[in-house]
This record gives sequence, C-alpha cells and structure tokens, in this order.
Amino acid sequence: MIEIENIKKAFKDKVVLKGISTVFQKGKTNLIIGGSGTGKSVLLKTMIGLIRPDTGRVLYDGRDFYEGDAEVKQAIRREMGVLFQGGALFDSQTVEQNVRFPLDMLTNQSMEEKKERVAFCLKRVGLEGTGQRMPSEISGGMKKRVGIARAIVMNPKYLFCDEPNSGLDPLTSVKIDALIKEITEEFDITTVIITHDMNSVMEIGQHISFLYQGDKLWTGENTEIVNTDVPELQEFLFSNKLLRDLKP
Amino acid sequence: MSIIGKYFIFLGSLFSKGEKIAVYWRRFMEECVGLGVSSIFLVAIVSTFIGAVSCIQTAYNLVSPIIPVSTVALIVRDMEILELAPTITCIVLSGKVGSNIASELGTMRISEQIDALEVMGINSSSYLVLPKVLAAMFTFPMLVVMSAFLGILGGYLAGTMTGVITERDYMYGIRDSFVPYNIFFMLVKPFVFGFLISTISSFQGFYIQGGALEVGKASTQAVTNSCIAILIADFVLAQLLL
Repeated sequence: MIEIENIKKAFKDKVVLKGISTVFQKGKTNLIIGGSGTGKSVLLKTMIGLIRPDTGRVLYDGRDFYEGDAEVKQAIRREMGVLFQGGALFDSQTVEQNVRFPLDMLTNQSMEEKKERVAFCLKRVGLEGTGQRMPSEISGGMKKRVGIARAIVMNPKYLFCDEPNSGLDPLTSVKIDALIKEITEEFDITTVIITHDMNSVMEIGQHISFLYQGDKLWTGENTEIVNTDVPELQEFLFSNKLLRDLKP
Repeated sequence: MSIIGKYFIFLGSLFSKGEKIAVYWRRFMEECVGLGVSSIFLVAIVSTFIGAVSCIQTAYNLVSPIIPVSTVALIVRDMEILELAPTITCIVLSGKVGSNIASELGTMRISEQIDALEVMGINSSSYLVLPKVLAAMFTFPMLVVMSAFLGILGGYLAGTMTGVITERDYMYGIRDSFVPYNIFFMLVKPFVFGFLISTISSFQGFYIQGGALEVGKASTQAVTNSCIAILIADFVLAQLLL
C-alpha cells in the first residue's frame, strides 16, 4: 500500500500540486487520471523520487520515502518497478540485456539465474524469443512489454506506469492494460498508473483519482465514475460527442 | 557563476555512491573503444596532413643561406610535440567526442533512460559519466602520441617527396636539440584536455531539458565550451610547466 499525504509542489511561481492526499491499494490497479498539465506526471515523479515535493509525505507500507535514511530509500527503490512513457529502454543494449540490467546492477545472482529470470519475465509479457533484438528493431507495443518485463524482473512490490498506452493502437492498448492488471493481481503488487485513456479507466480502473489543476477532485472506482456529479470530471469523461450522447 | 557551481557539484556526484568495480571496468572498456579507438582514423588523417603542411610552410618561410635546412625538421618536431599534436588533436576530438557525449547523454535524458537509472537507485552520473571521463583521460594521451608520430612522419613524407628537404637533413633535424621534458609536457596536456572535454560535454548533455532541438544546442555548446576550456588550459599549462 502506498499513502501520499498533502503533496505540494511548485516550480518557481507555478503551483503544480496543491496538497494531494490519497491511498493506493495493494493488489489493485490504481489510476491517476486527468487532462494534460494537471500534475499527474509530477505526482508520479514525486512518488518515485525523481522530484522532491515541497511538502508532504510518501509512505510505502508505512515507510517514509523522503524522511527515511538512505538505506530505507534504497530498499524502497529496489521494491519499485517503473514503466516509463516511451519504455526508456537503453538503446545500446539488446532486449535481454535491458531486462537483465537491474539484476546485473543490483544483485549478485549468477548469470544462469539471471538468464532464467529474464526468460521468465519475457515469456510473461509474451515476448519469448525476442531477447537478442535491439530496441530499435521492435514496435512501440513491444517496447512497452519489454519495459514491463524490466519493471517486474526484480519482483517489485510497487509498479508505476506512466501513460502505458500512449502512442499505441486501441487493440494493443487493451492488451497492455490487461497485462498490467494480470501482473498486478498475480504478484499482488500495488500498481499506480498515470493515464488519460478512457478505455483504461473503464477496463482496469479499480481505484481512480481524478486530478484537476493540481487538486484531487474525485476518488472512486470505474463502476462509479460515470455517475459522478463533479463537473470537471464530467467534462473530462464526456469530452467527445459520442460519449455525451451515451451519458446516463 | 551558478552554472560553474552546478558543474562542480556534478563533478562531485561522479565520485559519490559508486557501483560495483566490475560494472565500471566493463563500461570503461566500452568507452575506451567508443571514445578512443573510434577516433584513431580521424586523428591519423588530421595529424598526417598537419605535419605535412607544417613542413612545407616552414620550409617556405626559412629561405636563408645561414639557416641549415635541417631546422625545418626541428621546427616541425617541436611544433608537433609542444602544440599541434596535443592541442589541435584535442580540439578535433572535442568536436567528435564532445558532441557525441553531449548528444548521447541528452538523448538518454529526454527519453527518460537516465530517470530509469535513478529510479533503480543507480547513481546515473557516476555510472554513465565517470567511465567516459576515465576513458578520455586514458586514451587521449595515446592518441596524441600517435598524432605526434604521424605528424612528424607526414612532414617527412611531404618534405622528401616535394624535395624541400632531404631524408638525411630531416632525420638529423628531428634528433637535433631534443628536449625529453617536452614529451612529458605533451602527455600532460591531453590528460587535462580529456578531463575537460569529457566533463564539460557530459555536463551539457546530462542536464538537458526539452527535446531534440535542445540536444542539438547542447552538442554545439559542448564543443564550444570544450574548445574555450582547452585554449585556456593550454595557456595555463604552458605558463606553469614551461
């Protein structure tokens, strides 16, 4: 479980996060949704330690990420897996080397153990047999899958996904969503997903937080979201005519 | 001033919280190939022709019955050892290696590869930059030795083939009044310049914000700043060591 308490962040005069608090539940796909520029990515980056918040706490199963000592921070980092928007694969390494990278850097496992683990993860994301290909030789959807494989190779307790569907066709998006949800439930991970994709919201939104101009305006499940009475969320949800016509 | 301060903080970060030695060794060898070995052809071409031109132009300017012809070779040798091989080679390398480093790190930054390293708890500056710095400081002196040799050889080939100096005079000239200390001076320069080029270029690339346009700007800035730093350091070293 991840708890964030009163997270505030400003860049010079521009206030991006205005004191956000919420809880991301274990074994569930927790979505952070909102339009562009609402602070979703900044919130994610404060959670994974890439941007330090001005105030507030981020608690990983009760452990304070920013106030804890270096060892606690390092331990939490090793329990994190992150899928970046573009995959963030290392261009100079093969798919297998990319997935193996955290094991090479952070463990003392033998090469045989590492290769076995990499093969398992690649198989789990449906990419067996692609280990020797370079990132430039695979499609966008495959890059996301490799990113997921790399994110889960260390058996993370917390999985973060920054817009996992961006740049993908609708069918591949659905597959990626399904894969993330399966992995979350299979390994009992606390998964946090940044998205503005409505398909994802409806398919895998087990716990949703809606951000608007740096504030959290709504929290709930995908089954409740269409009945919201928050005008900003209604505007976000029913932004196209077809959905407005189908609005209950 | 704040940029200079940030540069020194960046240098400090290279040596804090390192990774396993085996990781650095592998990365160091990769960078030696990437920065040093891949520059051999360029350095060889530039050095040979600079040596050749130096010989012909020196001969052109030394038309006097009271100056022995072998002086042409002596001047070519000293120019190569003291200035052309270390400084010009490193300026050429700042263009090739500096832009390469800045664009590589800049691309890694904007494609979130550096963020991925940070999230894993890896000291990204140390992991990515330190091997480049060590590789530059290790391979640049070797490239400069090669450059000096090829420059003097280029002078010999050009001088003898065009008839401005005989083989005997050239051989006599390059041995005449040789000061071994100059070799030490020649090796100190690329060691310092390698550090400057690799750290300045890394600094430019590492903190990029934006997109492809900024990567291009950072590459240009890396080369410009490296060249200026080389020229200043060249003057300081000459003043201190000669």
